[in-house]
Amino acid sequence: MSEHVHAAATELGPSVSPFKLISTLSVFGAVAGLLIVVVFQATQPAVLRNQAAATAAAITEVLPGGARYQTLFEHDGKLVAEVPAGVDTVPLEKVYTAFDTANERLGYAIIGTEPGFVDNIKLIFGYDAGAKQVLGMLVIEQKETPGLGDKIVKDTAFVNGFTRVATPLRGVKIGAGTGASGEIDMITGATISSRITIGIINHQLERLQPLIEAYEKAGGA
Amino acid sequence: MTHATARDDLLKGLWKDNPVLVQTLGMCPTLAITNSVENGIAMGVATFFVLVGSSVLVSSLRKLIPNEIRITAYIVIIATFVTVADMVLQAVVPVIHKQLGAFIALIVVNCIILARQEAFAAKNTVWRSFLDAVGMGFGFIIALLLMCAIREVLGNGTFLGHSVFGPNYEPWVIMVLPPGGFFTLGFMLLAIAAWSRRKAPRPLRARPHDVTLQTQKAVV
Repeated sequence: MSEHVHAAATELGPSVSPFKLISTLSVFGAVAGLLIVVVFQATQPAVLRNQAAATAAAITEVLPGGARYQTLFEHDGKLVAEVPAGVDTVPLEKVYTAFDTANERLGYAIIGTEPGFVDNIKLIFGYDAGAKQVLGMLVIEQKETPGLGDKIVKDTAFVNGFTRVATPLRGVKIGAGTGASGEIDMITGATISSRITIGIINHQLERLQPLIEAYEKAGGA
Repeated sequence: MTHATARDDLLKGLWKDNPVLVQTLGMCPTLAITNSVENGIAMGVATFFVLVGSSVLVSSLRKLIPNEIRITAYIVIIATFVTVADMVLQAVVPVIHKQLGAFIALIVVNCIILARQEAFAAKNTVWRSFLDAVGMGFGFIIALLLMCAIREVLGNGTFLGHSVFGPNYEPWVIMVLPPGGFFTLGFMLLAIAAWSRRKAPRPLRARPHDVTLQTQKAVV
């Protein structure tokens, strides 16, 4: 045993002072940190631009024909167009609203995220508060099973089923619908993913509908 | 350094010592992200960049890095390149970056990269390490693209998003799911093993039962 230890020690050669080890790694760490900060600063504007462009494209998709879009923030239990000075808007929940050329409100675009079958499903939907109707739905992020759960994106009949339907939505099996407004035909083989998709919209509306009504009553300011 | 060595440094990674198909390293990304050619290209290019960058840097600093902390130093170098690649991909191709998810960050622990630092870059000149990394990087890209092409064409009926078999093709969905990765890799390794056995000189082609017979004779 001790012979092994001795042999291993001689193979390693003369030992290097701890100071040299620590200083070498410190220099490496410092240079690496500096490089990462430089690259972060250089790429961050493009990353934010991409995110903003993706959100804008999704809003246009569910609220088409808007001439002007406005962002509302959920602050202090209310929807407000402008938050008091000093409040950071990044963590606040946002609702987007669109107006046509005659400055008539087209509706609201609401984003919702909930755990899906595999990972979070994130979607955006358009909502007409006057008619209490969902205008359209677009899944932004999902990792559902290819060929089954991902039909919530690829099945056009399912996606188009969200156009102008009364709320609250109710998922029904294909053929089992009664023809009532608010029924969405669920996808065969993707029942869980369909149910979650419908659930996200209902849950968001349950919470946000009173806020939107209060916002409109207050003059939409 | 002779001309033949430089050529060999560059070419060995492409096929003879291919990191995935022969050394069977880097299995995690090879199985996880190869369900579309687009993903394979992004992953391959990112890994190539990290591998070449780290090899050149490790090789040029090899006399400055004390032996005791060499692995730690390599990891710091590799992690820096990975973080840079991650940020650049996020800024340039956000959609692909989102699809690759955590696997970009996991390039840090891709054993192909660490293996090349320890086995080659730490002992050789900058130029030779560069050639070795370029060869291994391309070898990784070739292996990923082979996997991606098979899985995307069979599992989705498309190549780079373009339909291959027309609208009547029923995709083999399992090929883009995790089991499809294992099937594809398994069959590819099988084919390569069979091929290299055919090419091997006669004595190496002895079948297992021949060996058993000989041993039995010896015992008798």
